[in-house]
Amino acid sequence: MQRYLVLEDGTIYQGTAFGANQETTGEVVFTTGMTGYQEAITDQSFANQILVFTNPLIGNYGVNLDDNESLLPQIKGVVCRKLAHVATNWRMQDTLDNFLTQRGIPGLEGIDTRALVKKLRRYGTLRGRLVDQTEGITQVIADLKKATPMKNVIPQVSTKNPYPNPGTKRNIVVVDFGIKHSILRELAKRDCNVIVLPYNATAKQILSLHADGVLLSNGPGDPLEMKGAVEMVAEVEQHLPVFGICMGHQILALANGAKTVKMKFGHRGFNHPVKNVATGAVNFTSQNHGYAVDASSIDPTKLLITHLELNDQTVEGIRHKHYPAFSVQFHPDAAPGPHDADQLFDDFISLVDQRKKGQN
Amino acid sequence: MPKRTDIHKIMVIGSGPIIIGQAAEFDYSGTQACLALKEEGYETVLVNSNPATIMTDKEVADHVYIEPLTVATITRILRQEAPDALLPTLGGQIGLNLAVALNKTGILDEMGIEVLGTKLSSIDQAEDREKFKELMQELSEPVPASLTVATVDQALDFAKMVGYPVIVRPAFTMGGTGGGLANNETELTEIAKNGLELSPATQCLIEKSIAGFKEIEFEVMRDATDNTMVVCCMENFDPVGIHTGDSIVFAPSQTLSDREYQRLRDCALKLISALKIEGGCNVQLALDPNSYDYNVIEVNPRVSRSSALASKATGYPIAKLAAKIAVGLTLDEVKNPVTKTTYAQFEPALDYVVVKIPRWPFDKFSKADRRLGSQMKATGEVMGIGRTAEEALLKAIASLEIDQKDLLSREAQEASDRELEAKLVHPQDDRLFYIAEAFRRGYSLDDLHELTQINHYFLDIVAGLVKEEGQIARAGLEPATIRQAKQDGYSDATIAQLVNRSPIAVRNFRKQNGIVPVYKMVDTCAGEFDSATPYFYSTYEAENESKRTDRPSVLVIGAGPIRIGQGVEFDYATVHCVRALQKMGYEAIVINSNPETVSTDFSVSDKLYFEPLTLENVLNVADLEQPIGVIVQFGGQTAINLAAGLEENGIKILGTTVKDLDAAEDREAFDQVIKDLGLRQPIGMTTTSRQGVLDAAKEIGYPVLVRPSYVLGGKAMEIVDNQAELEAYLDQNEAVTGSHPILVDSYLEGTECEVDAICDGERVLLPGIMEHIEHAGVHSGDSMAVYPPQSLSNDVKAQIEDATKKLAVALKCIGMMNIQFIIHDNQAYVLEVNPRASRTVPFLSKVTQIEMTQLATRVIMGTSLAEQGYQGGLVQESQLVYVKAPVFSFSKLGDVDSYLGPEMKSTGEVMGADVSFEKALDKAFAGAGMAVPNNGAVLLTIEDGDKAQILPLAKRFNAIGFALFATCGTASFLKKHGLPTTTVAKLNEAGQPAILDVIKDKGVDLVINTMGHDDEKNSDGFIIRQTAIEHHVPLLTALDTVAALLCALEMKSYRTTEL
Repeated sequence: MQRYLVLEDGTIYQGTAFGANQETTGEVVFTTGMTGYQEAITDQSFANQILVFTNPLIGNYGVNLDDNESLLPQIKGVVCRKLAHVATNWRMQDTLDNFLTQRGIPGLEGIDTRALVKKLRRYGTLRGRLVDQTEGITQVIADLKKATPMKNVIPQVSTKNPYPNPGTKRNIVVVDFGIKHSILRELAKRDCNVIVLPYNATAKQILSLHADGVLLSNGPGDPLEMKGAVEMVAEVEQHLPVFGICMGHQILALANGAKTVKMKFGHRGFNHPVKNVATGAVNFTSQNHGYAVDASSIDPTKLLITHLELNDQTVEGIRHKHYPAFSVQFHPDAAPGPHDADQLFDDFISLVDQRKKGQN
Repeated sequence: MPKRTDIHKIMVIGSGPIIIGQAAEFDYSGTQACLALKEEGYETVLVNSNPATIMTDKEVADHVYIEPLTVATITRILRQEAPDALLPTLGGQIGLNLAVALNKTGILDEMGIEVLGTKLSSIDQAEDREKFKELMQELSEPVPASLTVATVDQALDFAKMVGYPVIVRPAFTMGGTGGGLANNETELTEIAKNGLELSPATQCLIEKSIAGFKEIEFEVMRDATDNTMVVCCMENFDPVGIHTGDSIVFAPSQTLSDREYQRLRDCALKLISALKIEGGCNVQLALDPNSYDYNVIEVNPRVSRSSALASKATGYPIAKLAAKIAVGLTLDEVKNPVTKTTYAQFEPALDYVVVKIPRWPFDKFSKADRRLGSQMKATGEVMGIGRTAEEALLKAIASLEIDQKDLLSREAQEASDRELEAKLVHPQDDRLFYIAEAFRRGYSLDDLHELTQINHYFLDIVAGLVKEEGQIARAGLEPATIRQAKQDGYSDATIAQLVNRSPIAVRNFRKQNGIVPVYKMVDTCAGEFDSATPYFYSTYEAENESKRTDRPSVLVIGAGPIRIGQGVEFDYATVHCVRALQKMGYEAIVINSNPETVSTDFSVSDKLYFEPLTLENVLNVADLEQPIGVIVQFGGQTAINLAAGLEENGIKILGTTVKDLDAAEDREAFDQVIKDLGLRQPIGMTTTSRQGVLDAAKEIGYPVLVRPSYVLGGKAMEIVDNQAELEAYLDQNEAVTGSHPILVDSYLEGTECEVDAICDGERVLLPGIMEHIEHAGVHSGDSMAVYPPQSLSNDVKAQIEDATKKLAVALKCIGMMNIQFIIHDNQAYVLEVNPRASRTVPFLSKVTQIEMTQLATRVIMGTSLAEQGYQGGLVQESQLVYVKAPVFSFSKLGDVDSYLGPEMKSTGEVMGADVSFEKALDKAFAGAGMAVPNNGAVLLTIEDGDKAQILPLAKRFNAIGFALFATCGTASFLKKHGLPTTTVAKLNEAGQPAILDVIKDKGVDLVINTMGHDDEKNSDGFIIRQTAIEHHVPLLTALDTVAALLCALEMKSYRTTEL
């Protein structure tokens, strides 16, 4: 079956449909990761986005329950050059095609994805729609042009109710802005008893839980919408170790007076080299963000820039000068992507342990 | 960290002659390294014995030495040049081994020369099996369990412990002879017993088998500050069990989930950090397809064949950065040479698929053992790039330069089911085509997986393509079908075959329907950043990224994969042609399919199209680029073969025209030219009947050279001295001679020589004449050659000069040509003319210091020789003497007869230069690995017909103190002539010592064997030669070479005379 990707600038790409039979609209973004399509598709930070894979092939090893990054993927659509006919892997439980169909996510294959990516690189992220017929396409384009960016995505993807991820030893509160499961996996590996709270958790609520530390998760959309969370962090950081990842990083920055900006086409992929400013060491990191912290807005009396993207100097990590709070723009939890930076979870745990030790 | 300022002068060691396992990729890496060091302002000294390389150009390094790669020679150069440092990690295994050997002599410490790149201790740790195993244990990284055993019981105990199957690898046998896979106790008992018997050390390594695991390679880099990164991850189509150099390889990895990929990546980076490698490194891993288990197979602590492939596959120049890291720069401060906007610390992202297929020499060696296993057998490789795996695979097949142009194999079609399955279970070079055939016969994916252990995903690529064959055949020339076929990589020629049309009809149909290729850039970053790499591949999609410029452009056709007869020499010529064009202001555009070479380094040309060298692909590029013409003279026979088709399609062939190219190759037309010019050539006749052959021979006069016009593997070419022999020949070769015309040529005894000449239509320049050491009967590519000639009179030289001038002008040669002569009775006879650059061009260019290719390129572009300052004629000879010697790879190829004959067998060459012929010879032998001591023992096994010739040679050996060994016939002959000779027992004779034992026990230092060159596998001569090669005893099969070796030995020997 034929399917089309229509962009707001009027470009139409014709290809073949897979996944769900459903039309969809979203912000068209691309990722350069060459593996990990399942983790990317189930990453809630892609909420309301149509994801283009630059790797020409996806679906080759199927999908399995272990590698999901959320229960209900929020992605709007998947675009690739080719979907594998045959998938094999010893852990495979389903084909990607089936998986997408069941979750109502449409896919499009067989288009010149490289041409599309170059367009996104030139013009920045564009809105697009996946449709199954050419009739009324002019109207589609007109609608795309008029459409305003989706607002308040985090409330849709964040958990509605608190839930535990039981463990022993350390009590960690995770604030869910659209959390990837791999963050919980990393905490579980490190003997943490986790309570996940919705995005709108207040400082009072968190402090009443006698947590040893707070982790601010990743999530989709514009951090400026998270006013409540910013206020929460400004309070909590004075009392507890805080670790922010991706959206969590932006919120920590905002809570300390910095500003965030929308990037032209963002960082999505996992070959982004990030330099640790103090040690000079460079790690390859998994990234998925369309907003970034404005370096010039950082108040040097409060925050220290700890990590920078090697190529475009994006602020990739900050640390509070007075409180045990730090954050990174990238995903130390990887999945998909390299494990180079998983040490950061250990750093967080040692902040937590130090504080506990001090209290005893 | 900034680059080091405490060192100024650096020596780089090259990898020597091309042999199987060590090919053109090291010319590429060495050249890149030298240029990178130069770029950083260091003075460079380069040593390599291989003249047919770009790295030995004076433009590449400041001081170039083409000398044998021996400790003695390099020590001398170290003392002469006194470099501050040595960079050995870019010259393959040879470079590494030499650095280790030099270090042992103490010269490096004595002179305070630092080894750059990876430290020698790390090299040792990676290369020494036991130390490596220890390191892996320390790092908790798994390696296949193994144990060296000396008895069958030990083997059984170990297998019981680790579980079956196990692999038995006998120690010190060639190509794993006597080893094998044992699935149970019975099998192991048998194989281990056999292996222990065959092993000279009575030792076998028993290793737990991981055959069937996925074989994954990582190309990783590290700098001195411990920044590490992966450049490329590659996955073998063939599971573990076949040498990676003989495997079909895909990049990026195709079947790994992110979890699997990241675990393996972690392991690769852990290893490179633990080994403290500074530069590039190759890590080979095996992944269980049914669990998370993996094993480390091996680590190469240097730039390798795989890194060259990874560089071309990603665009990321590994060798260049390895050199920069070696002088202290770090990955996060060097710019990515591809994007120029990002840093070198960047893991490339691919938005295409790359397929590498090895190029095996079995078209030349029809008798060779074609089974693939742990010993690499390929001489070269090709790479296909496409947006899908299907497209990349078919493009790679089309690039192979073998009969097989796609998945349609007649041979496979004709095979019985039984033969087919045997081919699937026991992999050979042609397995891919049998897989396709099996799908045609209805085998399922599961069936084929069961038979081959190849992953379903890979098999499905082939299955899908086979299915599409039917669709194309049914639909015919229908736009949607053809568009899809082109997207999947089908060539016009294959489509034409499927729809019963001509390739040109398919091409025209495509163009009429707007089905034309676009060209995509290889940019390391999947389009994320803006780049300007002039490196493209074709595909059938929407956006074309290669833009034609306003500058006049010229297409230069490369030579494709390295194979026997068409080696790195042609890449040398291609690169020089590009340089000349660029200097003249043209845009030089290269098309080539070989990932190992300098010509496919995108920084060499103005634009590189990485494409199969087929008419279709060249025409497509020409359609886009609208060049002023195409140069075909420098890409060997591959490029020449494209000329006629290009011209038919309206593309201008620059230089010698197609009509004149044909004249040189058409026997009749050529004979007429020779006649008209009053030149001599051996008389020749073509006939079709038995009686015709006999009559022709009589008319021409014996001896004659007789062969079928269609010669396969040099078989059935023979020199016969009389009618009886000729009749015997005809009886023996009835099968071949019955169906083809027979060529009968007068066989002239004499010295062979050849010239490479440049002609502008009027003037002809002969930079030099090369005299062959071996007489006719040995292929010119396998002959040793000397410049300037040592035995030719001035008169003969004048004849050669005259004939060359006349021929070049008469054949309307514009550019380069090669002519071979035989000197008989002081007369020069023309044997053969090749209207193109030959394999001797780099050698002759280096020794005469005339950049022949560049000169010829300017001639081709319209600048006359006179305008370039050359009057023409034979250039004055040099004072130094230069000898070129062939190098062979017999030890890698089972069942190939090492007897030299009319069919070329060598894979590479070395050069020796010195003030005298003898000294130059000595160096050439040393460079070619012919390490014969000044005196010792020589074993002579000589065919009866050669006995008269051996006597003077045996006397000379005797005179310089060699002991003579021979089998009874030769021994009694020599004894009769007063030469003390030890008799050895023939193969089937009782008695002591037995001939093979003498060779195996190194009782002799040299084996001379001219017996039974009938290609028969089990002949005594064959077995003796094989044994010599297996035991690394120098072997000579041509008595002319023996005479040359004696010259060198005599020079080094002292006279011992009685007072």
